[in-house]
Order: sequence, then structure tokens, then C-alpha cells
Amino acid sequence: MAEIEIRALRKAFDGAEVLKGVDLTIHDGEFISLVGPSGCGKSTLLRVIAGLEPQSSGEVRIDGAGADGIRPSARNLAMVFQSYALYPHLSVFDNIAVPLRMKRLSALERAPFVGRLMPGRRRAERVIRDDVERVAEQLEISPLLKRKPGQLSGGQRQRVAVGRAIVRQPRAFLFDEPLSNLDAKLRVHMRAEIAQLHRQLKTTFIYVTHDQAEAMTMSGRIAVMIGGELIQVGTPAAVYEDPCDIRVAEFVGTPKINAFPGRIRSDGRLEMLGHVLHAATLAPEGECRICVRPERIELASHGLLSGTVVHLENLGSEAFVHIGSAGTDAPVVARVNDPGQLPAIGATVGYGFAPEAVRAFDADGKRIVTSVPSRVERPRGMAVV
Amino acid sequence: MTPRARMLLWSAIRHIVLLAGAGVMLTPFIWMVSTASKPQTEIFSSDLHLIPYQFALWDNLLIAFVKADLWRYLLNGLIVTASIFGLQVLVALPAAYALAKLRFLGRDVLFALVVFCILIPPQATAIPVFLLLHKLGVLDTYAALVLPFTISVFGIFLMRQFFKTVPDDLIDAARMDGISEFGIVWRVMLPTAIPAVTAFGIFSVVAHWNDYFWPLIVLNSEHLQTPPLAVAHFRNNEAGTNYGPLMAAAMVIIAPLVIAFLFAQRRFIEGITLTGIK
Ligand SMILES: Nc1ncnc2c1ncn2[C@@H]1O[C@H](COP(=O)(O)OP(=O)(O)OP(=O)(O)O)[C@@H](O)[C@H]1O
Ligand SMILES: [Mg+2]
Repeated sequence: MAEIEIRALRKAFDGAEVLKGVDLTIHDGEFISLVGPSGCGKSTLLRVIAGLEPQSSGEVRIDGAGADGIRPSARNLAMVFQSYALYPHLSVFDNIAVPLRMKRLSALERAPFVGRLMPGRRRAERVIRDDVERVAEQLEISPLLKRKPGQLSGGQRQRVAVGRAIVRQPRAFLFDEPLSNLDAKLRVHMRAEIAQLHRQLKTTFIYVTHDQAEAMTMSGRIAVMIGGELIQVGTPAAVYEDPCDIRVAEFVGTPKINAFPGRIRSDGRLEMLGHVLHAATLAPEGECRICVRPERIELASHGLLSGTVVHLENLGSEAFVHIGSAGTDAPVVARVNDPGQLPAIGATVGYGFAPEAVRAFDADGKRIVTSVPSRVERPRGMAVV
Repeated sequence: MTPRARMLLWSAIRHIVLLAGAGVMLTPFIWMVSTASKPQTEIFSSDLHLIPYQFALWDNLLIAFVKADLWRYLLNGLIVTASIFGLQVLVALPAAYALAKLRFLGRDVLFALVVFCILIPPQATAIPVFLLLHKLGVLDTYAALVLPFTISVFGIFLMRQFFKTVPDDLIDAARMDGISEFGIVWRVMLPTAIPAVTAFGIFSVVAHWNDYFWPLIVLNSEHLQTPPLAVAHFRNNEAGTNYGPLMAAAMVIIAPLVIAFLFAQRRFIEGITLTGIK
């Protein structure tokens, strides 16, 4: 149980700045996900919190106390690595027991041969055995305790790594992409298990992933990190519905959000592809990007935009239609809830979207607040005037 | 010629070449065994024969063990090679760990120096080392045989290359679990590096068991002599060299290596492919 505060944290490797001033408060018992594209500094941030890497400047506070200069093990955080990092020469039992032995036995008691002769050793070992077995039971790996990591499947190794983390009852858990080496099905399963584990332990979880679906489904809050900066921190729904930056909008959500080139007119109305939208803003006149999520795009013959179908992705329960149209660089993706009603490739389709679906961003990628002026009558679902 | 016949011919040529090579390598050993099995009179007879008319191996071995106290020399060899290897591991593993996994100023320069030191032949430093041991007053002791070899730059290099392949996450996990840096070397790196340590052990033990040059220089006392010096005992300029017992003694001193090889053949080959040295 711990609250972790990160203040103005910077980290540079050989002059290259990887973390550019990160501020974040992680509440006690919270499940927070750190997402971002590869190389944005997620692992680095996690390693600084863990104490494995010293920061260049800034501060990490755990439960109100500065953590600088405190050894990783003394911070009492547990970390689960992407590669699991199990000791290959030790059995599953010993792997899980290592943190306990390091904490509870003196150096002399741990020593080979002489250790066995120490008086307290036997009692301590018994307690350790009980703890390891309890954790193994909880994770359903009891039958594997005698095996070596090399004899386990990826999912089993994953559980052992989690077991090694929970057995010491740390103040917080740090996960660095723990599921990315698993196949898709197992990943979904483990996702649920880790979320369940969090509900059980009620400890602080910091979960790094570049898979935004993982972040959306498991966490209470998401912190989106891009290029060494935290761009947005909020609940999954807020980050998805209300992205504050076009990079967040583009990173969160699959398929990617549709972005159209647009303009803010002098009267505050938004204009795109020659159409004036039924959405207004107080932002000054100029270029902008107008983004709409695929599920908000509606195919309709009376839609005022149109294009030709270039690709279809039928997932069974839903389908995505890729529409190539003049004026957009990438095809526009629209979600169709009923795959039975798909247009043919090459067909010309009309499409549109409600003005509420518009997320507009200025030339710097910052969010522009848009409003939909109320109007008595408006063609349903169509944003275009 | 059909392709099948060509394959057969090629296979035959290959085997002939390999057999010839094996012959060249094995002849001295066969000659050694043959000579060790002959009585003195047959060794100096003018006709060449491999199989002795009179089998004298046991007599020669007996002479070797009685006259030269071979047990003592074998024990010396064991003490010296084991101490050298033990100390080499004690030095090389922490050094290699630091060079491979820790970040500190001047690490790359240090590593370049290690590589550079591999190029220096031991004979080049023999005289300064000899003088140093003289000043320390340890000439003609086990220490003189062991100390100069405790730091093996080859060992450091080999282990460092192996440690480079150990994932950083494993070390970080150990740090999170509360294992100290020295603890990481012995509890995490050593067990994962057993193949590399074995390979290094093979090179180290073979080199120092067979070393003739250095023991010859630093030793006077007979009771400290290592196996290769023991063989030289039978070379006697005044009374003439006694070849039968000499060859029998040579057989005895290479026996431990041959037996070890036969038992650990697979490890041996693994180790050599691991180092990329043939
Ligand atoms: N020890 C290091 N020395 C130098 N540069 C490093 C070091 N560790 C990380 N970096 C650099 O810092 C940047 C961020 O790395 P980091 O591992 O934090 O990315 P990440 O967000 O975890 O990416 P991924 O999703 O691929 O794991 C990268 O550009 C990387 O090259
Ligand atoms: Mg990473």
C-alpha cells in the first residue's frame, strides 16, 4: 500500500533526454497504466521508480518519503518483467522463495553448507515454505513448484514471476509489459487474472504496456506518455472520449481515429473538405485537424461525404470499412455493427457523422473545444450544414 | 559417373584425408605407448616394431613410480592447477561482471586493456615476475607456481563475453529481490555461466597441468615439482636417458587429462564451440 509521487522527473542517457519532466501522483491502491508508443520512456520511468536507474533530476516520493538513494530492494516494491527474468538454475519454489530468503535470513544463514547449521534457519525456512505454498496455491502453480523455469510454458512462467512479486507483500507492484510475450488468447485471460489480483490485494499497481486495449480494460486511470512526456492522465473513458492532444487521440483506440484536414473559419465554424460543419469553436481562425472515431462514422447514402470502398475487415461480430476519398491521406475507417450489410469493394458509399463526434485539434495538435449550437431542426446524424 | 558414385568417391576421399590427419596426430601417442611397453634392450634395437616382443609396461610403470615418486608429482599438479583455476574464477567473474554489466567511467578503456593484455606472451613478463617473486621471497614454493596466473585476462574476456548475453532484466530482478552486487555474481551469474566456466576451466587446467616453462624456472625443490618436470627426471645426460620408464611416466601424467576428456567430451566440445576457438 503506497502512494507514489513523481515530481519534475528528468532522465537523460548520454545527453539524450528520455524523460522530460514527468509529474504524476499515483494514489494508494490504484491501478494505473502507463501507455505510449515504443521508446517513449515507459520502462525508464518504471525503472527510476524502482530505483534501478538514478534520475537526472526531479524526485520520487513513496508514501511521502523521498526515495533517492534507497536501494531497490529497500523500497519494497516488486517488479514483473517482460522477459519474466526467472533464475534459470533455480526451481519454481526457489525462485519464489528468493526475495523472502534475502529478507528474512542473515548472510550467514543463507551461506551454502554452514547456513544449514544455523539455529534459526530451520524455523525461518518453514515459514518461507508456507508462504511460498500459499502463493503457489493462489496462482494455481502448486504442481509446478519442483520444475525449472525452462520446463514451463510462457503463461506458467508469467505466473511464477507474479508469484515472486506477490510473495514479499510489497507496497506497490510495477509491471513492465508482462503479457507481451504471450499469445493473444492467453493475454486476454491473464488480463482478467491481473485485474482480479488487484481487486484481491488492493495494492498500488503501475502497469506499463504499449497495448492500449490492455490499459483500457484493466486500469482505473491511464497515463499516456509520448516522447518522454505525460500528455494526458485520466480514466480510460476520459482518455478515449476526451483526448487533449491529437497524439493521444491517435494512440488510443483501434482502429486509429480518422483525421481530416480542416479549417476554422473567421466566424468560428469548422470547415472540412469544402463542407461547413455544424460545430463551432472560440478558437482563432486557422488550420486544424478534425478527428472522428470509426464507430461514430455512419455509412449512409445521404451522407454528404463520399468515397470508394478500398478494403474490408470483417471480424465476425463487427466489420470495418476503409473508404478512400479525395482530400484525406489515409482511408477513412468506419465501423459497421452488422457485417451482413457490407458494401462491396470498389463501391461508392456516402458517409457522415454527428457534430458531437467531432474532436478538433489545432495546428500544434492541442485540443480545441467545440460546441454544437442548438438548432431546431437538423438532419439526424449528419454534421454537415 | 553417376551422382551416387561421385558421392561415394567424395566420401572416400574425405575419410582418407581425415584418417591421414588422425594418423599424424596419433603417431606420437602410439609411439609413446609402444615405447613404454618395451624393455630397454628392445627400445635401442635397430629394427622398428610397434608391438613389443617382450611386454614390459608394468616393469616400466613400477620403475617410474618407485624411482620418481609419481604420486607426489601428480598431487602437486592437482594442487597447483586447482588453486590456479579457483583463484582465476574468483578474480575473473567479478571483473567480467563489472565490465559487462556495470556502468562506470573508463569501463571501455579497461576492457580494451584486457583485450590488449591477451596479446602479451607470458614469456615476455617472465623475468619481471620472477624478480617480483624473488623480492616477495616466495620462489620455490607453491605460491610461486600459482600467483602469477591468478589473473587470467583470457578468463576475464571469455566470461565478459558470456555475461553480455545474460539479460539485464535478470540482474535487475535480482536487485529488486535484494541480492547484493557480489551476491549477483555468485548466485545469479555463476550458475547461468556454468558452460563458459567449464570451457575456461578446460583451457586453464590443460595449460597449467602441461606447463613446463614456469615450474622449471621457479622451482628447485624436488618435492614441489609438477608432472611435466617429473618426466624430465628420466632424462639423464650422464647415465643415458631411460626411455621406457620415461614414456611410462608420460603416459601416467597425460592420463588424467585423457580420462577427463573422455568423461566430459560433450562439455569439452560445447565449451570450445562456445568460445569460437578451435
Ligand atoms: N541504458 C540506456 N542507455 C541509453 N539509452 C537508453 C537506455 N535505456 C533506454 N534508453 C533509451 O531511452 C528511450 C526510452 O526507452 P524505454 O525502454 O524507456 O522505452 P519504452 O517506452 O519502454 O519502449 P518499449 O515499449 O519498446 O519497451 C529509448 O530511446 C532507449 O533507446
Ligand atoms: Mg519498455
